[in-house]
Amino acid sequence: MSLVQIFSYPFMQRALIAGVLVSLCCALLGVSLVLKRYSMIGDGLSHVSFGALAVAVALGFTPLYFSIPVVILAAFFLLRMASHPRWNNDAAIAVMSASALAIGILVISLTTGMTTDVDNYMFGSVLAMTASDVILSVFLSVAVLILFVLFYHKLFAVTFDESFSRATGLRVELYNTLLSVLTALTIVLGMRMMGAMLISSLIIFPALTAMRLFRSFRGVVVCAGLSAVGCFIVGLMISFVFSTPVGASVVVVDLAVFLVSCLISALRHR
Amino acid sequence: MEANELIVCRDVSLGYEGQALLTHLDLTIHAGDYLCVVGENGSGKSTLMRALLGLLAPLSGEIARAGELKAGAIGYLPQQTRAQKDFPATVSEVVLSGCLNRKGLHFFYSSVEKSEALMNMGKLGILELKDRCYRELSGGQQQRVLLARALCAARKLLILDEPITGLDPAAAQDLYKTLTYLNEREGMAIVMVTHDLKAALQGARTVLHIGRNSVFHGTAQEYLHSPEGRRFGKEAQG
Repeated sequence: MSLVQIFSYPFMQRALIAGVLVSLCCALLGVSLVLKRYSMIGDGLSHVSFGALAVAVALGFTPLYFSIPVVILAAFFLLRMASHPRWNNDAAIAVMSASALAIGILVISLTTGMTTDVDNYMFGSVLAMTASDVILSVFLSVAVLILFVLFYHKLFAVTFDESFSRATGLRVELYNTLLSVLTALTIVLGMRMMGAMLISSLIIFPALTAMRLFRSFRGVVVCAGLSAVGCFIVGLMISFVFSTPVGASVVVVDLAVFLVSCLISALRHR
Repeated sequence: MEANELIVCRDVSLGYEGQALLTHLDLTIHAGDYLCVVGENGSGKSTLMRALLGLLAPLSGEIARAGELKAGAIGYLPQQTRAQKDFPATVSEVVLSGCLNRKGLHFFYSSVEKSEALMNMGKLGILELKDRCYRELSGGQQQRVLLARALCAARKLLILDEPITGLDPAAAQDLYKTLTYLNEREGMAIVMVTHDLKAALQGARTVLHIGRNSVFHGTAQEYLHSPEGRRFGKEAQG
């Protein structure tokens, strides 16, 4: 089957557009998150996003309009805890993930019952994106990308050295908040196609791959973006051809690319 | 404030959550000073440093800063963090990030900032490393990179927090020489917290010793003959 045929289906076109943009956002933000040791925040937020989605469907709200504010709130909360000396940060994230997941599952089983919906939320579905979802995704991802490019240098400074940035008058809290709001948005957008369980790997894998291969921050950011988009497209096609879930297919491609990058880096250092 | 005063602390008490660590401290940092801050662990050295940087408000008293320092134009050399050890960034990316505190809302570096970064790298002898990866440098080289970044942020005052931690003796000597150069030739005021008393006293002109019960502030010579200096000097050597 040719590429033209695969992408002649409207649902595949929607998945391609939304997926490419979301992967790109995930990868760019992921570089900062991974370097700041915030990888698990992405994971926590995706579970909150699952819970919010379940509640939204049960109450009859438009899923995205409900989950976006909830997840942004959760992001604020997680960030506060990350910088709070008395909180055990990773335990707090684990508690939040599990609670949101449990609430989501309870709500679903009490309302619609454990149907394919749950399966779709957990592991994603290529059919999940409606035309209006795609429009919202495009709009928000472009906003995320523009903000990332504009604040690129400041995000670098805050990622590399928070104390120096703070001492020299950079508004560190503002940029940390920006980072978490952008992450929250991206996760909500990507979750329904990739699945709550797998969306965080879209944040982590490209950054790890790029860090094995490149030595400059700019190189890492560009490489992470490219590898995320490439892996998404290949994963989407695999998912179509073999009828596998799209989220899992993309993650497996990401894993393969990551392993190759480890190999290259090991050979280089021999 | 007088013209050559950079930071003036008047009757300042510092601490966390209402608990004072340091009380009734008077300290003036002038342009061109070289001050070394020593004292036992937990005596409040880092707290003082945070207050000088404007990161911590005093519990009482007043800290006045010269106009240009208010906008954050202080060069700061913090202790290195674990995350930085495997951070993918080139030397010039790190040094340029020191220019971000300039006034106004701007998103990209201007050519003036780029050439200033190059100049500061030249000053510290790391120009040939500019495209190298920060994590692959030696400890001494990394410290020079961070110092070049601090120079981009400030023209008058550098504050250093335990700068020789993790450096071998030769690299530490090197760093002290660089600091003396910056102080004498460029007129940069330097405030340094350190454990390394002996070497630090070669360069520093004044010493602030923060003890549990007493505070000594005077020249390096006076310090060596003061009770605090003799005791602490012995401990540091023994």
